Amino acid sequence: MNLIQRCQPLLDVLRNPVCMATLDLAAWDLLLRQAGAAGLLSRLAVQAETLGLIARVPDEVRPHLTAARTVAAKQRQAVRWEARRVAQALAGIEGPVLLLKGAAYAIADLPPAAGRLFGDIDILVPRAQLGQVEGALLLAGWHSQKQDNYDQRYYRRWMHELPPMTHIRRGTVLDVHHNLLPETARIHTEATPILEAARALAAPSGLSLPADTDLVLHSACHLFHEGEWGHGLRDLVDLDAMLRGFTVGPDFWLTLLARAQTLNLGRPLYYALDCCQRWLHTPIPPNVIVNCPQRPPAWQGALMRELFDAGLASAHRSCRGRLAGLAAFALYVRGHYLRMPWRLLLPHLLHQAKRRDRDQS
Amino acid sequence: MKLGDLSPPQLRQRLADNDLVLRTGPFVTRIQSPMPQVAEGLLRLYADFTLDTGEFQDFHVRVGPPHGLRRWLRPQINFWYDDHTPFKPLPANHAFALLEWGLNWCVAGHAHHYLMLHAAALEKNGRAVVLPGDPGAGKSTLTAALMLSGWRVLSDEITLVDRDDGLLVSLARPVSLKNASIDVIRRTFPDAMIGEPAHDTHKGTVAHVRPSADSVARVGEKVRPAWVVFPRWREGSTARLTPHSRADALLHTASHAFNYSLLGSLGFELNATLMDACTCHDFEYSNLDDALRVFADLAA
Repeated sequence: MNLIQRCQPLLDVLRNPVCMATLDLAAWDLLLRQAGAAGLLSRLAVQAETLGLIARVPDEVRPHLTAARTVAAKQRQAVRWEARRVAQALAGIEGPVLLLKGAAYAIADLPPAAGRLFGDIDILVPRAQLGQVEGALLLAGWHSQKQDNYDQRYYRRWMHELPPMTHIRRGTVLDVHHNLLPETARIHTEATPILEAARALAAPSGLSLPADTDLVLHSACHLFHEGEWGHGLRDLVDLDAMLRGFTVGPDFWLTLLARAQTLNLGRPLYYALDCCQRWLHTPIPPNVIVNCPQRPPAWQGALMRELFDAGLASAHRSCRGRLAGLAAFALYVRGHYLRMPWRLLLPHLLHQAKRRDRDQS
Repeated sequence: MKLGDLSPPQLRQRLADNDLVLRTGPFVTRIQSPMPQVAEGLLRLYADFTLDTGEFQDFHVRVGPPHGLRRWLRPQINFWYDDHTPFKPLPANHAFALLEWGLNWCVAGHAHHYLMLHAAALEKNGRAVVLPGDPGAGKSTLTAALMLSGWRVLSDEITLVDRDDGLLVSLARPVSLKNASIDVIRRTFPDAMIGEPAHDTHKGTVAHVRPSADSVARVGEKVRPAWVVFPRWREGSTARLTPHSRADALLHTASHAFNYSLLGSLGFELNATLMDACTCHDFEYSNLDDALRVFADLAA
């Protein structure tokens, strides 16, 4: 059995939510655990309600869906509220302030927003404005968690974001980006086209959203280049929702491919399209994948497939294969390898290891 | 089938085989554990509880040794919620206490289809008293004493409020006692069935009292709330109830609840409806017998 087949019934339901009406109790028992571990239970719960399936779900299961919807509603309200606070804090900043990922989906009610759980708030600002932005956020109560000089230097010198900022009273975390990828990453991408294509939001005023294509490319880049696999399957579901929801116009796919070329993000887009199609049966025209820029050579594509499949299947133990631990390690190493060249990476990992050692003793 | 119908070896086998499915009020939990203390604790405190057929479980939990070499150096245990470990490992002889904390964590972290107040709740003559209490206020001691004097315990930690009708829902799980209160209850109720104490936990010494047979048998009966009482044990005080403002009771329970803000406006409405239905009191006491008399008068 391959890894995709192991992830049932979760994948069946993600591909076609209407099947929630036909699952028996034993299938629900496993589904609630798989979906819960993958951070996707709220999404299923909201879809079940939207599709009018609640009455066809077993009595034992319904409370779990009610609870999951409650959590999602609260998080959504909280992220929208927090985004308004960010808008307020940055009202005086010149140049656009873009919401990214979860906060963008929630504020604009984009396809992935339904039932999505949120972590930090991510924003993208012009690099030239970084100092002003940081100052304004400090005044409004966000401060840098990492006080250590090494971390400050590491983030400011090499990374594409400031050290995460935590609100002093609410404890919420804000990531301020000036690019999608680190300066040192193997792929170089520019933030300027994304900032230029942003659309200003009517409310909260002062905030903008990346273009649809750029939201897709950022999500792909985050999962398949940066290698944040903790919520791998959930992030793939975000991509699937956007690819299904954004394709209303006929030129969406052409624009997406052209944009991937411009931003130099064809490789992560290719991986995203391939995984979406195989895992979630996302309807992607065949020529889109064939024409994706910067496609990997066949051997590399095949190898990466194995690794990504293991990463996506790591959500729950019922889905994991025998080599899950090895694959997770390989993905971790790959994430770091892509992040910076060895001459920077090795001293960094050494420093981190020494610090862990010190913290433990 | 009741848990107490199993012989000790049968129970140990079922726990080892991940084949024990326990119903506690509205929740069904599949428990796996190779630890003898877990089997012992369950047999002593959960004998009257129903075993479920096991088609669907709300929670899958495991209490057992963590992986790795450390298990050979100093025996430890951990709690698994499905394949997630929410706590740090503990010394192995805290296995049963860890199961109890883990089960509380399962409910508090997931059952958002209820309003969950941090309070004990008990029933007498069809009406319920809710006992919010700061740590050390003598809430658990009072809860155990009331249960052992004929009140039906709904919960000692988590008061569940049904979001559809505002009634209180029972868990009827064991009542947790800490430190000196263990001996107080042993002295006052020599017949009480108390589990093996776990020493030197983060809460000090902890032991659990078996819920009364009546509490377990009637676990499915929801109850109308009638009183909110804030207990406080103070040496030398005379047991008496004094009025407590409803508004303050609302704010206090809201700020100590497990999921009040998560429920948003529904949380406020449920809590306000609860307070509207209740008279609210402060309650000082030093002597358990006097305290029980005051509560008997209250429920009369």
